Parts: sequence; C-alpha cells; structure tokens
Amino acid sequence: MSEPSAIDMPLIRLRGVSKVYGEGSAALSALKGVDLDIEAGDFLAIMGPSGSGKSTAMNVLGCLDTPSAGEYLFQGVHVESLTRDQRARLRRRYLGFVFQGFHLLARTSARENVELPLLYRGEPAAARRAAASRALASVGLTGWEHHTPAELSGGQQQRVAIARAIVTEPAVLLADEPTGNLDSQRSREIMDLLRGLNADHGITVLMVTHEADMAAYARRIVRFVDGAVA
Amino acid sequence: MLLATLSLALRSIRRNLLRSFLTMLGIVIGVSAVVTMVTLGNGATLAVQSQISSLGTNLLQVRPGQRMMAPGLGGAAPSFTEADAEAIATQIGGIADVAPEARTIGTIVANGRNWSSSIIGSTNAWLTIGNWKLDQGRMFSGDELRAGAAVCLVGETVRRELFGTQSALGEQLRVKQMSCEVVGVLDSKGQGAFGNDQDDVVLMPLKTVQRRITGNFRVNTLLVSMAEGSFPGRVKGSLTQLLRERRKLSATEDDNFNVLDTKQLAEALSGTTRVMTTLLGAVAAVSLLVGGIGIMNIMLVSVTERTREIGLRLAIGALEREVLLQFLIEAVVLASLGGLLGIALATGASLALARFMDVPYLFNPGVNLLSFLFSAGIGVLFGYFPARRAAHMDPIEALRHE
Repeated sequence: MSEPSAIDMPLIRLRGVSKVYGEGSAALSALKGVDLDIEAGDFLAIMGPSGSGKSTAMNVLGCLDTPSAGEYLFQGVHVESLTRDQRARLRRRYLGFVFQGFHLLARTSARENVELPLLYRGEPAAARRAAASRALASVGLTGWEHHTPAELSGGQQQRVAIARAIVTEPAVLLADEPTGNLDSQRSREIMDLLRGLNADHGITVLMVTHEADMAAYARRIVRFVDGAVA
Repeated sequence: MLLATLSLALRSIRRNLLRSFLTMLGIVIGVSAVVTMVTLGNGATLAVQSQISSLGTNLLQVRPGQRMMAPGLGGAAPSFTEADAEAIATQIGGIADVAPEARTIGTIVANGRNWSSSIIGSTNAWLTIGNWKLDQGRMFSGDELRAGAAVCLVGETVRRELFGTQSALGEQLRVKQMSCEVVGVLDSKGQGAFGNDQDDVVLMPLKTVQRRITGNFRVNTLLVSMAEGSFPGRVKGSLTQLLRERRKLSATEDDNFNVLDTKQLAEALSGTTRVMTTLLGAVAAVSLLVGGIGIMNIMLVSVTERTREIGLRLAIGALEREVLLQFLIEAVVLASLGGLLGIALATGASLALARFMDVPYLFNPGVNLLSFLFSAGIGVLFGYFPARRAAHMDPIEALRHE
C-alpha cells in the first residue's frame, strides 16, 4: 500500500489512536482506537459526557499530547513520532488555542497578551504590535488594547484569548469549552465570532463543548462515548 | 528574543516589587559585605604602609639584645655609644645618615601643667631619617649639640597638652631638675605603625639627655638610613660585621644586637592585614551563597505560582529552552540587580566606615566588578534548577493547575 500524498489527505487524520494512562492493572484507556478525518475549513464540535475521552482527544489533536498507539497525521506529518520541541514548533506555526479559563497573563495589557505567540516566533516589536492591534480589531476590541484582564469582562477576556489564538494566522483553532465560563449572551457572541473566523478566514475550528446550542454553530458534530467516536 | 525575554523578566520583577526586593536582599547584603570588607581592608593596608613609610623608608633600626628575646633577658646586652654611630657613618658605604638615640620617659612641666612623654636625645640626623618636618622654629645648632645645651624640640601632642592653643616657641620646659628652652615645634605625623602617638615626643641634643637626664652615656638605638640605590642586604651585612668587631664578639658568639629593616616590617605588617582582609572577605562570601539559596527558593515559588502561565507559554509553542531562558534571565537579572544595589550600599558604607576608622577610602574596581560578576553567576547557578523545572512541565498538567 502506497502512502497517499499530502494533497489527497485531509488536514488531520487519526487512525486507530488510543491513549492509555498508567500501567498494569491501574492502566486507564482514555481513547480506544479513534479514527477521525478533518478537512481544512471544517468547523467541528466534539461532544460527549465527562470521561468520554473528548478532552484527551483534543489534547492529542492539539499536539499537546502523543497517542499511546495509532497514527496522527497533520498535513501528512506523523505527529506521534515528533519530539517535544518539534511539536512545539508545529503548534506555534499552525495551531491556535482558546481555553475555558481564558489563561491570559495577569497584570499584562490585552495587546501584550496577544503579542505573546509572536514573541516566540521572533517577530520584531513593530510587527508584533501591528499584528496584535489587527487581531484585537477582528474580535471587536479596538480601543481596549491597554486594559489588563482584571479590567475586562469575561466575554472580553475570551475575545482577547481568541485574538491571541488567531494573531499567528493559524490553520487550526482549537477551542476547549470556550463558552464554559460565560453567560448565554456572551456565549452566543463568542460563537458568532468563531463562526465568522471559520467562514470568512477559512480557519479550521475544533471545539469541545457539552452544550448542544453551542455545538449547533458547528458544521459537523462528533460524539465521543467511552473513548471512541460514536 | 533575548531582548524580549529580558523585558519580560524586568516586567515580572516590577510586578512583584516587594518580593523581588526581599529576594535580592541576600545578594545585596552579601555583595556589600564582601566589597566593604575588601575596600576597608585595602585601606587599612595602605594606612599601615604609609605609617611605616613615615618611620622612614630604607631605614635600619639597630637595638641591643637579640630579636624576639623576652623582655628583661635582653638587658644583659651592652648598649651602644656615640662612637658606634660615628664609626658606622665613616666606615660603611651606602649610608645616608646615622642617628644615635637615647630614649627615656619623663614628666615635663611647663605653663603650670605636666605631661609624661618620651624624651629622646639625638642629633639633627634623627629628624632627617624620621622624615620629620619643623612646624615652627629651628633645628639644633652645632654648638648646642656639642655642648649639650638646654634646648629642645617638641612634638605636636606635647605642645598641645602643655600649651593648649598657644605657641610653645621660646617657652621653658622643666624636665627633672633641668630647664630647657623650646627652639622648635615638630610637624604632626599622627599615629605610628603600632598605634602609638608619634607626636608625643621631646627631642634634645644627645649629650643633654645623657648628662642631665639619664646620667649615663648609653645609646639605646642606632637609626641608620641607607643611601638611595644601595643594597640593603650588603649594608646590613657590613653593619653587622662592624658592630660585631666593635663589641668584640668571637666567631662562636651570637649577635648581641639586632638590625630591623623597616621595609621588612612593612611587608610583614601589610601581609598580616592582607590575610585579615582575605579572611573577612571569605566570611562575607558565605553570605553571598546564602543569598543565592534565597534566590533559588523564591524562583521555585515563582515557578509554582506561575504554573498556568508556563503551561500557556508551552501550549502556544514556546520551546523548552525558551522557557528555561526566561526564568534563568529572571534569576540573573534579580541577582545582578542585587549585586548593583550591594555595590552602591558598600560604597556608602565604606566611605562612612573609612572616615570613622580613620583609614583611607580606596575605590577598588577589581573587587566591585568581581562581586558583580559573582552575583550574576549566582543567579545562573541557583536560577537553573527552578528554570529547568519550569521548562520540563507538561503543558496539559500545567494548564489545569489551580
């Protein structure tokens, strides 16, 4: 069997991916042979009860974790065989992250928070500043550049986090329960924003959620049950 | 990247100003202790050296008795005579001046007050050899020296104790049964090499002291200054030879006199202060080490506290070595800032203490630079372990950290 070329490949392909924590009798299988293809430009919602393995799947998809067995191909690259630093380089180049807890640096202005990923790309200060201002503008936060997280509402903080995730113009945006800490009004605003990024900028969005009305914003829903795709 | 990391580190230090200051405190105290000790030690060494050179450089002091002899035992050795001084001056080459010295202690009465002081009988050569300058008046005349006239020169301490603010010139002093006229006042020389007051002295012609005060013809000490460019070893050798002959010592007998070289004395004394400086500096260096452990402690706390931040940095693509570098730089910046503060503190403390202890202040660029580099090195050494812990974190765990 010949390797399919990168062009025919989907952006992301999981084949028989499993993840086992611990060893021996205490071993716990979080993922049990997951097969999943994600095309570029997709907006995928991952749903499932707690303990279904959706968070583990997200960590593997985000190249934060490696599968215990199986293949993970990202643009044709075998992620499971990459070193820690190689995965870091892949993340900084192709991936953006949004977390339930925002994870903004305290006592640091919105713009400096957004600039952070560019810092690790070694961009000069002027370029960083311009890109950060553009990203903040695209999430509707022009004029809030110098506010620190403590001076922003939860919705605004999550938008800063989204700006930080897209400032590097990533191929994939991974959002782990992005509306988990927000009320329904703010949640809808965030979801509109994600849908816009997906539709207008062609960014592939992978989102974990347990709320059906949030999942409804996605083009496709994948349900995890007991460590496998249902 | 390095510049950005540096500004990141500075920002994080500013964010926790009080904690950063407390972290630095150990280094501040360590560096300032080391720098102060060494600076004051060097000042003290210089003070000792200049005090010894005020005794006169290239000076040999010849005393009866063997060196290191317990007091009282040396009493058996015969003292010198004026003739010995003349013989040395005429028979040995490489000598600039010879002064015989008869020394005693006596109470001096004048102006209704009395004061106990050293009374020295010698010649004008005593002034030249000892680098003495005249503040007022004149030296002894040849006639006065030959005749043993009742004249004297007084040191600044004696003048002050007896006459206060008045001039002593032309006044009469009474020493024992004798009355003598003050013909000159010596310029102040201050503290001697052994903490003695060199200005507490009355100088008279040798014959005056011998005839009217001590009542014998003993000369306690011979002061010999060597000519510029002469070889101290050779001069010392022929001096010893001459005195052995004059004192009729057979080849098997030990010298019953000793020759002290002030240069040797200077070296021995400044060697002692140098050892003290090194010792105190080493003790202070231990406190630097303690300061380094303080930095490590706080950096470990800081790493734990910022686990979520580290997780985020790793998640968005920071490499291990970039996180390592960030925390390492933070530790180094903390330590070097502490070093700079310590140097500033030490400069202030040294200036104040130098004045208080009456030693000269000497800025020593070497010790300042070295202790600064050392504190930066401590930052690297003690910052490495916490930084590595941060760099090796698992991003998923770190992001979940509460």
